[in-house]
Amino acid sequence: MPEQMATQQNSRETLSFYVAGFVLLVVLPLLNVLPGEDSWLYLSDFRLNQFGKFLCFAILALGLDLIWGYCGVLSMGQGVFFGFGAYCMGMYLALQIGKESVYGSELPDFMVWTQVKELPLFWYPFKSFAGALFGGILVPVLFATIFGFLAFRSRIKGVYFAIITQALAFAAWLVFNRNETRLGGTNGLTDFKQLLGYRLSDPSTQRALYIITVLALGATYLFCRWIVASRAGKVLIAIRDSESRVTFSGYTPWMFKLFVFVVAAGLAGLSGMLYVPQVGIITPAQIGVLPSLEVVIWVAVGGRGTLIGAILGAVAVNYGRSVLTNYFPEAWPFILGGLFVVVVTMFPDGLLGMIRKLTDRKKTPTPLIKAEGSTAA
Amino acid sequence: MGLDRFSRYVIAFVLLTILPIGLLSTSAPAADAVSSTASESVPPANPIEQALIDIKGDDAALRSQAAAWLIEKGDASLIPKLDEIRAEADRAVRQAIKPVIDLLKNHANLTSEQADTRRSAAADLVGTGRPEAITWLEAAAVKEQVWWVKYTMEESAQLIQLRSDDHAVKLAAIKKLGELRSQNGLSALKDVVEAGTQSGATEQQRVLADSAQASIGQIDSWSWWAGSIETLFRGISLSSILLIMSLGLAIVFGLMGVINMAHGELMMVGAYATFITQQAFIAWFSPEHFDWYFPVALPVAFLSAALFGLVLEATVIRFLYGRLLETLLATWGVSLILMQAARVYFGDLTAVIAPQALRGGAQVMVGVYLPYNRIFIIILSIVCVLGIYFLLFRSNLGVRVRSVTQNRNMSACLGIPTRKVDSYTFAFASGLAGIAGWALTMVGNVDPGLGQNYIVDAFMVVVTGGVGKLAGTIWASLGIGGLNKLIEPVSGAVYGKVFILVGVILFLQWRPQGLFAAKGRNADA
Repeated sequence: MPEQMATQQNSRETLSFYVAGFVLLVVLPLLNVLPGEDSWLYLSDFRLNQFGKFLCFAILALGLDLIWGYCGVLSMGQGVFFGFGAYCMGMYLALQIGKESVYGSELPDFMVWTQVKELPLFWYPFKSFAGALFGGILVPVLFATIFGFLAFRSRIKGVYFAIITQALAFAAWLVFNRNETRLGGTNGLTDFKQLLGYRLSDPSTQRALYIITVLALGATYLFCRWIVASRAGKVLIAIRDSESRVTFSGYTPWMFKLFVFVVAAGLAGLSGMLYVPQVGIITPAQIGVLPSLEVVIWVAVGGRGTLIGAILGAVAVNYGRSVLTNYFPEAWPFILGGLFVVVVTMFPDGLLGMIRKLTDRKKTPTPLIKAEGSTAA
Repeated sequence: MGLDRFSRYVIAFVLLTILPIGLLSTSAPAADAVSSTASESVPPANPIEQALIDIKGDDAALRSQAAAWLIEKGDASLIPKLDEIRAEADRAVRQAIKPVIDLLKNHANLTSEQADTRRSAAADLVGTGRPEAITWLEAAAVKEQVWWVKYTMEESAQLIQLRSDDHAVKLAAIKKLGELRSQNGLSALKDVVEAGTQSGATEQQRVLADSAQASIGQIDSWSWWAGSIETLFRGISLSSILLIMSLGLAIVFGLMGVINMAHGELMMVGAYATFITQQAFIAWFSPEHFDWYFPVALPVAFLSAALFGLVLEATVIRFLYGRLLETLLATWGVSLILMQAARVYFGDLTAVIAPQALRGGAQVMVGVYLPYNRIFIIILSIVCVLGIYFLLFRSNLGVRVRSVTQNRNMSACLGIPTRKVDSYTFAFASGLAGIAGWALTMVGNVDPGLGQNYIVDAFMVVVTGGVGKLAGTIWASLGIGGLNKLIEPVSGAVYGKVFILVGVILFLQWRPQGLFAAKGRNADA
């Protein structure tokens, strides 16, 4: 019986994967290109670009869902890894500006203001696109490996880990804000012109970036599903539900945690790399404590412990934000805070849990997350 | 019996700490009241009038002669007249009058009622370099009762003497400056050394250079000590701020298993309560009672924060007991709401004016200056720790709280109303946050981001200290605060914070459960 339900659920997920993939990959770009500007079907360049941004966030949310939803380790520092990826790509783009910059110097503008005469050494790898791609994944992965090794090996868990990662986000924010780190200080990196010779202001470039983002999200989803379905994924869920029992069964939980933490960091880096060319700016404000926590709320709203939920949550919350900040700019923090409270106290399974409850009413309800107490440990 | 004795200790302690402050504040004005000397024999009207006319004249020599005469014989009563002349005179005359006015003003200020005015007058007189000032300073120093003002007067007199041409006077001044450990004399002494070590230096200059070198050595070793003491004080001061913030956090974290991310915003509530109290005093009471707003704000801050805590517990937290990560997220949401509410309602920046008694500071020794507001916070944190200790370990409520912490079900079976204990404990911890916010208005602005600035540090303290141990929180805040101030001068504030984070992570390698880990069956809960 449970076996059957699992396959049923799986086939439904596969179906929705194809449908969503078709809509995102084919329908939306076509709606952008084909209908005239006044047609009601027309999707403006701005909207498409915005959607691409949400999908980047979905990749970030998938990473957090792996570590939090499946492994029960709450990382409140995902914004830092996102920032590493974003800054790596941002440095490449900043160097691509070249002579087009305001001061006509080969160096990025902020270096001209801050009287930096030569390109700092750590910028050199980012002169090439391959270097930026490589760095955007490698830097967060390496950093997460060191940080995670220290944290998990000494069995820092639960809230302790959450607080330490929050402090990490705070510290990273402080450091990125400094001018002497040569990363643009508070203003960050911006005013990008071109990527691999394509103009970033060109709608077709943005469309291509959107399609790449969709493909990356699809690949990430399949990758995460593969991890979750594998034997290691089972161990992850077991760690979430009872870490001590996993230990007593002869596994080494911290290795699994480290693995999934590193994967999540890599995904955050990927998401950051896709984010920068589409949004055109990266500043320390996007990697601090609050942005890192917003990732948590996306996953919580969508439904943690389900991959679809993470994607859904990221897109829904961000869409809601873009609509609401338009009409009531001051209300957004209230709504975000309210979401935290309401989702955590009343809907621990999030949107997807609610949908499932409604559709599965005839069958016995299956809570996504069982023992609440043990996740907290 | 034990309780009795304890409360006696507390009273004795409070008296011992509070009384000297009271005495200080009452004795200060008494010391300030140096009898202002009546102006000496009033010179005949004629020469002064004459000088006032001369100084306006075109002849430069006559002008400077008049100025010198005015400086020697004049007093503060001439300043309005001189100001009048200066207002309508040309540039050369203004230049001649300016030093006269400065000198006369500072001379008059040497006998001012305010100790600070006397001190700054003494310090300003150095800049004029007039030999007359030496006698004034020496005369004032003899009568002076506040040691720090007296010190400045002596130092200034020696600094002026250092500029004299007489070798013996110079040598004496150099020696005396070394004995005084004069921080301000350092650059002048260095000049002397430089002059003496040049190739064309005379024998006399070399002698001066040698003794100046010795004086510099004296000053440097002294200022190293003074610097260490100040660093220590700053460390303790930061520690006490951290402690006062972390206490409430540690209580709800350790005793109730709740991570209260809104703790910072409860501090903000306390700070805004203080601000509102201040505004109420400005609006409704006369200015001479203004300083009373601060003591009145203490219960206001405590109660308003406690009320917020009570509501927070009843509406959100009670659904989440035993689910640590969930409490963290939900309270974070609450903190966002409170922060935005403050931003919408109060705007971005408001400040509380410190009451008179907490302004300024005490100059304990040369080079060591301790601001009163910092001392106040240190004392407050000690009082808070004692209060919590008393409440948790010496009162009925404390016994209940601790028993609920140890075994909730068993306590309920024994008739302890666990729900009530929960909400009272939470309200009390929130009230502590309110007190922290009240105290923080003395060291910074009141703004909606107040809580956010400190919350990460406070959590570091709780994590390092270990859950549920008061001693752990105290030691951890001392350690983190002290380390922070020790690193800061070397690395700057930002990297100091980064180092602390790295330090905490490395520390947790060694002690994953913090300094004072919970032992036994509860350890992994």
